[in-house]
Amino acid sequence: MSASDKELKEFRAEVSAWMKENNPANPGFLLPQTFMEVGDERQLEFLREWQHKIWSAGYLGMAWPKEYGGRGVEANFQSIADQEMRRNGVPICFNVIGLGWAGPLINEMGTEEEKAKYLKGILNAEDVWCQGFSEPDHGSDLGNAQLRAVRDGDEYVLNGQKIWTTMGNFAKYMIMLARTNPEAPRKYDGLSYFLSPMLVPGIETRPIRKITGEYGFTETFFTDARIPADCIMGEEGQGWKIAMQTLQYERGAEAGAAGGQSMVRVVVDDMISELRDVQRDGEPVLKDPVVRDQLVKAIMEERAMMLGERRSHIGPLTTDYPGSLPLSNKLRATEMTRRMRQLAINLQGAEGALYVGDDEARQGGFWQRAYFNSFSATIGGGTSQVQANIVAEHILGLPK
Amino acid sequence: MSSPGNTTLRFSEEQAMLLEVAREFCRNKSPIAEVRAQLETQDGFDQALWDEMVLLGWAGIAVPEACGGSGLGIGALVPVVESMGRAMLGTPLISSALAAQLLLRAGNSEQTDRLLPAIAGGSPATVALLDNSDWGDETVTLLLDEERILHGSKKFVPDASVASVVVVSVVHQGEVALAIVQADQLNDGAICPNTLIDQTKRSANVDFSGVMVDEKNLITGPKVAVALGDTRLLGALLVAAEATGASAACLDTIVEYLKTRKQFGKLIGSYQALKHPTVDILTATDSSRSFIYHAATLLEEGVVDADAEIACRMAKAHAVETLLYAGDRAVQFHGGMGFTYECDAQLYIRRAQWSQQQFGDAQHHRKRLAALLLD
Repeated sequence: MSASDKELKEFRAEVSAWMKENNPANPGFLLPQTFMEVGDERQLEFLREWQHKIWSAGYLGMAWPKEYGGRGVEANFQSIADQEMRRNGVPICFNVIGLGWAGPLINEMGTEEEKAKYLKGILNAEDVWCQGFSEPDHGSDLGNAQLRAVRDGDEYVLNGQKIWTTMGNFAKYMIMLARTNPEAPRKYDGLSYFLSPMLVPGIETRPIRKITGEYGFTETFFTDARIPADCIMGEEGQGWKIAMQTLQYERGAEAGAAGGQSMVRVVVDDMISELRDVQRDGEPVLKDPVVRDQLVKAIMEERAMMLGERRSHIGPLTTDYPGSLPLSNKLRATEMTRRMRQLAINLQGAEGALYVGDDEARQGGFWQRAYFNSFSATIGGGTSQVQANIVAEHILGLPK
Repeated sequence: MSSPGNTTLRFSEEQAMLLEVAREFCRNKSPIAEVRAQLETQDGFDQALWDEMVLLGWAGIAVPEACGGSGLGIGALVPVVESMGRAMLGTPLISSALAAQLLLRAGNSEQTDRLLPAIAGGSPATVALLDNSDWGDETVTLLLDEERILHGSKKFVPDASVASVVVVSVVHQGEVALAIVQADQLNDGAICPNTLIDQTKRSANVDFSGVMVDEKNLITGPKVAVALGDTRLLGALLVAAEATGASAACLDTIVEYLKTRKQFGKLIGSYQALKHPTVDILTATDSSRSFIYHAATLLEEGVVDADAEIACRMAKAHAVETLLYAGDRAVQFHGGMGFTYECDAQLYIRRAQWSQQQFGDAQHHRKRLAALLLD
């Protein structure tokens, strides 16, 4: 039986009050805007504690089964909780790879043992998850992954390298794509999918210093690392299929995520408010006709995305190229974010040349840093160019 | 945290049914060969086809039931017009709908009772709003003098040659007013058709000089200016809906060609230089569709409030720029074929230029959105 409007409304009031009451005070250091920006132990521990608190209050994993740490209620409740987290501007729920990708996958196709072992630790933030898909020579060409996994008795032996492992240095588990059969006629058929432990001999991580000067990702090296054979998900050779399923979660095209906000939402209006006192040609920048045109375009782009989300749930209005809205969402949202942040720097005037660390930088250099970080989304999880190929081929039916 | 603005979007079962019927009808009755057959005719549409559309109730879809229409409102007009745009089907539907809206919003009950049933019954009507070539200049110069005689002309009056009734913005006793002019009141040669870039459309410069407007065909008072403003916004929305349909059809044309044409031994659709811009057209058309149905949702009650104004302007600004891009790329991607009159890409690139100019171009609307959103 579905919840009544009244129940949902009461729930919204309850969460909203809780978020206001419990929204942590400024810790005195820059908090990550996204889960890809967790650069040091201080930030990690702060966010771990925060996520644990939200989960303890019952506002995370609400639609996941009770026996695995969820609340077993309908997904509407989680949507409301997420909206209230955004609305109240609380910090992110950082364990995104667990909450949004690995968790839904395990919920959907994992065994009872896997569910019992992993799901609760994802929710309560005890177990940080990372993802091992990209490799140094195969960033966008995921199907060509070369990390070797060789079966040896009750174990697999891993050799190779992954890169762009978000929170690799903090993670206890990794969802991993590895090659179990290099001889397979199709490259995709040689891949298998693992829920791999990270804290075993032979797995080493090296933090990558990002374009921003900060950390958040690692290179991950596997040297004769041995993991239990039952870490494999499904069977050997099913890796590609499961990876594609994971990407559906990652791109937001599939339901099932535990919830929590993975990034602090910034809307064009936030940028506009910040620009009110900036001068251009001796006048407020917001009076400049060219700037005004640019800002209206940015607002419209943002509005169109939100309306698209609404329309994607209305069957009769999605009969043209079905699936185009959800499948193009990652491409559009990340590119929009990147452009918006670049615009925000442009419009700062001379101060646009300042960076994090300069006392006079606007909002501590927030937009400069955010612009650089936005590339992690236009590149990670399939570059925008690959995304465009996917939309062209899967939605428009254009040839490879 | 700032508000992202109004993002309401609903679509009723009734609208869904209408969309399906309209799309099917337009697909069957207005294939490209039929569109081409009308390019050089005087009226630009097939009377028999118009009669069928009238029988379906489309001419009166947003006319109240009491005036012989079906009273479904603007929300029902949008899916019909989008479908017509997709099939590049002309006809005086948009002109008639706007004339009806203008009368509904400004006229008295005698006037609506007298005039709307004929419009709903398929007798075409239109609006004459432009005194010069600038949609941004709302000054009305066409004079209705003290003897109620008109002096002057209007530009770009859509479907003027077939309209039985023209609702004309005039200045009377120093105030903006509306004159209802019957076609048979116009002098010989008063209608001077434009040679339009879009051959599926018809419009004309109309000289109203000497026409006498009797009391019952004059609308004055404060409602007039508001009704004119609303009608321009509704016009912008309907053109946006039509442009959205045209973009979708243009995209289909591009995709079809990219899937069949080979160069250097490969289907040209496999080249990213063509593939990626085509995806841009898809996503932009997606947004056009979201915008027009968002605006339609906000106009369910017929009232053009501030949010509805924003929605109409966004729809127009976005949908026409999308069609401009789609039409432009359609020509380019068809290569040498695209440069020919025979290639259907020309229909879309021409429609794009027309749509861009109706009721203000994209910049016109963004300029006004800036005032609504930034100040």
